[in-house]
Formats: sequence, structure tokens, C-alpha cells
Amino acid sequence: MNLPMCLLAATGAHVLTMSPVDLVIVVLYFALVLGIGLYLKRFASTGEDFFMAGREMTAWIAGLSFISANLGSLETMGYAAATYQYGILVGHAYWIAAIPAILFLALVMLPFYYICRTHSVPGYLKLRYGEAARSLSAISFAVMTILMSGINMYSMAVIMKVILGWNIHFSIWVSSLTVAIYVMAGGLRSAIFNEVLQFFLIWLGSLIVPILGLIEAGGWKGMVERIAANFPGQDFTHMWRTTGSFADNPMGIHWTGIVFGWGLAISFGYWCTDFLIIQRVMAARDLRSAQLGTVIGGFFKMMVPLIVILPGLLGRAVLPFTLVSEPEAIATGAHSYNEVLPLMIARYCGPGLLGLGVTALIAGFMSGMAGNVSAFATVWTYDIYRPLIRKTASDAHYVTMGRWCTILSVFVSIATAYLVMFFSSIIVYAQVIFVIFVVPMFGTVLLGMLWKRATPAAGFWGLLAGMVVSFLLFLWVKLDPSAVRYVAFSPEAKDMADNIYRAMWTLVANVVVTVAVSLVTRPKPQKELVGLVYGLTEIPSHGHLPVFQRPGFWAAVVGAGFVALNLIFW
Amino acid sequence: MPGEGHRISIWFFIGALLGVYGLLILAAGIWDLFYPSGLPQAMGHLHAAIWWGAFLLVLGAIYCWKFWPNGGRGR
Repeated sequence: MNLPMCLLAATGAHVLTMSPVDLVIVVLYFALVLGIGLYLKRFASTGEDFFMAGREMTAWIAGLSFISANLGSLETMGYAAATYQYGILVGHAYWIAAIPAILFLALVMLPFYYICRTHSVPGYLKLRYGEAARSLSAISFAVMTILMSGINMYSMAVIMKVILGWNIHFSIWVSSLTVAIYVMAGGLRSAIFNEVLQFFLIWLGSLIVPILGLIEAGGWKGMVERIAANFPGQDFTHMWRTTGSFADNPMGIHWTGIVFGWGLAISFGYWCTDFLIIQRVMAARDLRSAQLGTVIGGFFKMMVPLIVILPGLLGRAVLPFTLVSEPEAIATGAHSYNEVLPLMIARYCGPGLLGLGVTALIAGFMSGMAGNVSAFATVWTYDIYRPLIRKTASDAHYVTMGRWCTILSVFVSIATAYLVMFFSSIIVYAQVIFVIFVVPMFGTVLLGMLWKRATPAAGFWGLLAGMVVSFLLFLWVKLDPSAVRYVAFSPEAKDMADNIYRAMWTLVANVVVTVAVSLVTRPKPQKELVGLVYGLTEIPSHGHLPVFQRPGFWAAVVGAGFVALNLIFW
Repeated sequence: MPGEGHRISIWFFIGALLGVYGLLILAAGIWDLFYPSGLPQAMGHLHAAIWWGAFLLVLGAIYCWKFWPNGGRGR
């Protein structure tokens, strides 16, 4: 969804007006996150401290940070808008496109990341496949991270302008320099601690909207009845019922796309191999804490629809006017889908609560930005600078490099944000870039972990093949839009469905090439794979622990909740 | 564990911020009760700022008490 550009084009007047108490709440937030960063500077003197937060995080801190880094405001506002437009179908992003992958990460993949003591996901590829695969993944991750950071920064500034009337340059510089200072000072520990704080603010600032909305609508049942009365003949409140045919739902998608494209390729690619997210749980103090933290993160991810999907649905039920598509909003001056979350905040939040709601939005942006910056600093220093530029230097030198890299990455992100301002089409391609770079990683990492026969050459060529196929499929549909009937199996498929099916083909290409090249090239000796591959790695057992302390038990609880929610909202 | 020894716990920072926010929001809600702003606000009769502010204040106080640096209840 091209949220910021649409918002910028849609309206001249801002949606929310803040009182002095609201401003005090926002200023206090900025002061505290800076204070935490500067306070933690004294605890970030070694590389392990700065890049891995000393590997001492508890399960709760690692888990809340894990999910907070994912809970960006651009995403929450975008999905709330999409929910208003498409209905509860969008909730798949939080359930099937998240929970199975998060639990798989916790129980299957995390032990390998953790046991080999790598600093990053590209670092695992170096140990498993060699330098070529590591360099390709590190460089593509670095490029993607900076680009995403710039896009998020610009998007935040545009949204702040639209909903609060703030100057775009002021928003970009104040928020990005705040993030730069606290990450540069305290490293990953500072980023993680602030993400935990931001987690509380995001939830406590957002939860008031669905609570008051449900009271006004007369509970879930009342809300469903109001939506049915306001928009007769359309189904906005069922997740799977309309996915039997491409033509039966507004997204133009079939359940196979939701399960295999969204739920497998995109979801597993993101949750199991995107270092930005995984870095948080790799900083846990032991493997059990890392696994439990991931499961805790999964639980809260499953609950996010409360503060994102529900407000979008409530907008359908209680707003006295109908939100319209962006072109129509521009033409008529009406409010667009994209404004549903700020409109709902404005509807229920008076002085004080409004400041908390706005702080929640800002916290969401800053947690995502800090995630990008801290992950970039680690990958740049350990996977690009050290192996390719300066192989031997002191630990202190690499920490200094990490600090400078943090500030440099923020400035590059700011430059990217300004670039996006002039070439807005870059935002449209953000999801395409994500599919190209992230999805192939999953097949390469998974085969590396589970199959001893996967060879160093296959690691590199499989990764490259996935990226190339993804790009070529995108180019094919771009040059000939009718080709979408081959890529996404239906001419009805919309952009989102096209991305989802392309992700599926990307993963297929990646896996096929990795397997094929493995079968004709020489594998690594088994002794070099100890601690990296299933069958050659001793996974610590939790069997001696009481059942309530085992990650597997809590993963089963979250898994049961996931199944129940899908059945309830079928 | 972060928060043990010489380092102040992140939970204390969270408690402090929530406590201050709760106080500010509660005060704004009480002010609005006696001097209504007149702005159109759905469900305004529920005075959400009062009970949500009070909830944040209590939550913040519990975290501050439990994770107070050097001697909190949680050590």
C-alpha cells in the first residue's frame, strides 16, 4: 500500500489537534528514550556488548523487543486501512502469515543460530556455506535495510504532517537523530530496552480505541450487525469463507496463495531469516530464553489484530461517513481508507489520551527505525567491513566502527528519505524488493540447517537464482500486465496477490537450484558442519525441566490459540 | 539479568514513564470533567481519560515499586 504518498496527496488539513498536555507526553517520551540510551553507553564497551547486547537478555525482554521491532506504525496504519477496505481477511498477516513461522523459528531454526554463536544470519551462511553466500546475503540485506529505513522515515514524516500538521523536515531530523543518538550510545542493548518501552506505549496507547469502539458498537456481535446493515451484501468479517475463488474476495486471491505464498514463502522468509528481527532473540542469555522469547513474541503478534484489525472493522461500524479510495478522496475531499486509524483515535481520545495515542504511533516508527539501524551496524561491521575491508583489528576498533556506522546509516537513511520524496515510486517497489532479497534466504538457510548434502556452491547459486527469478517475474508482469494470469494463476489477482504468488515461485526456484547444484558439487566435510546442521549438532534438551518451563509447551499453547482463532473467525 | 546489580532495570524506566503518563492523563480527565473542552468526542460520557489514566498510574506504581533501583521488591 502506497500509504504516505496517498496521504500527502489526499488532504491539506490535519486530522488531530493536540493540547499542551498531549505535547508534554510526547516530549517526555523523547527525553526518556534519549536518557536510556545515554545511561546505557557505559555498558557498551565491547563488541559483544554493542552488537549483541552482551547476550544477557531475559526471555521477556528479548521477546517483547522481537515483536516491537516488527510493530512499525506504517504497517499498523496500513493494515488498519486495508482492513477497512478488504475486511478481516487482512488479519491473515498476523496469524497464518506469522504464527507458524515464528513457532518454527523458535523450535527448529533458533537452536542452530544460537549454538554456532554467530553474530548474524549472514554470519551463519559464512559458517555453513562460505564467504560467497555470506557476502551476497550481507550486501543485499544492507541495501534493503537502508532503503526500508529511509522509506519508513519518510512515511512517518508524511503521516505526522497529515495527522498533526508537523513539518516534514522537522519530523525526519528529530526522530532519526534521536534514534541515532540512543543506538550509537548504547548499541543493541539500548535499541532493545527502548523497544520494550515502545512495546508498552504502542499497546497502552492503541488499546483504548478498540475498547471504546466495542462499547459503542455493542460488542463484537453488535459491530458485525452494524457492518452488515451499513454495507449489505458484502462479507467483511470472515477470514477463509471467501477465499475459495479468486473472484469472491476484493484482494483477488485464492486460499492456496494465502497458505503457500503468504503463509510459507513470505512469512517464513521474513520471520526465520530477516536478521533485523532475529537479532533480538539471538541476544538472549541462553537458548531456552531465546526460544521462550520468540514464543512470547508470537503470542503478542497473534494479539496485534486487537489494535490494528479491530479498529479498521470498527471504522466500518461506527464512523458516520464512508471512507473512500485515494483517487476518490482526492477528487471529492472525503476521508480515505488510509486515515481510518487516526480518525478512530480522534473519535475517542480527548486531551491526554490523544498524546498517548500519538506517542504510540511515534514509538512504532522509532522501534522499526532502531531495528534497521542496529541490524545494519552489525551486518556492516561483522559481515562486510571485517571480512572484506579490514580483516584484523582490535575489538575496540570494531565497536568504534559500529558506532560510526550507526550514525552514518542514519544519515544515509535520511538521504534515502529525501530520495523517496522526489522518486515516490520507490515506495511502490518496497514490497517487491523485500520479496527479492528476503524470501530466497529462507530456502538457503533451511536446507543448510537440515540437509548435510547442501554444498557451498549451492548456497550461493540457490540464493542468487531466487533473487534473479523474483526480479524477472516482477519485470515480466511489469512489461506485460496480462502475465499476472500465469504468475498468480488468475487475471483477477491484484498487486498484493501478485507479490504473494511471486514469493512462492521465488522460494521454489531457490530450493530447486540449491538441491540441483548440491547434487553435482562437492559438499563440505562433515566435521566442518558440526554445530550447524541437523544430525551433526547436539540440541540441548529441555526434557529435565518442568513442563511449564519448556519452550515446546508454550509453543503448543500459542499454536492451539492460532488454530482456535482461525476456526472462530473462519 | 538487566536490572540486577548496578544497572537500573528497564522495567523501572517503564514504570516511571507509565506512572507520570497516568498522572498527566488522569489530571487531564478530571479537568475535562469539570471544565469540558466542548470538542466532539464519541463515548465522552465514559470519561476514559480518568479510568485509563488511573490504570496507567497503578500499573506504573507497581512496576516502580517492584523494580526500584537498589532494593526494590523484585530483587
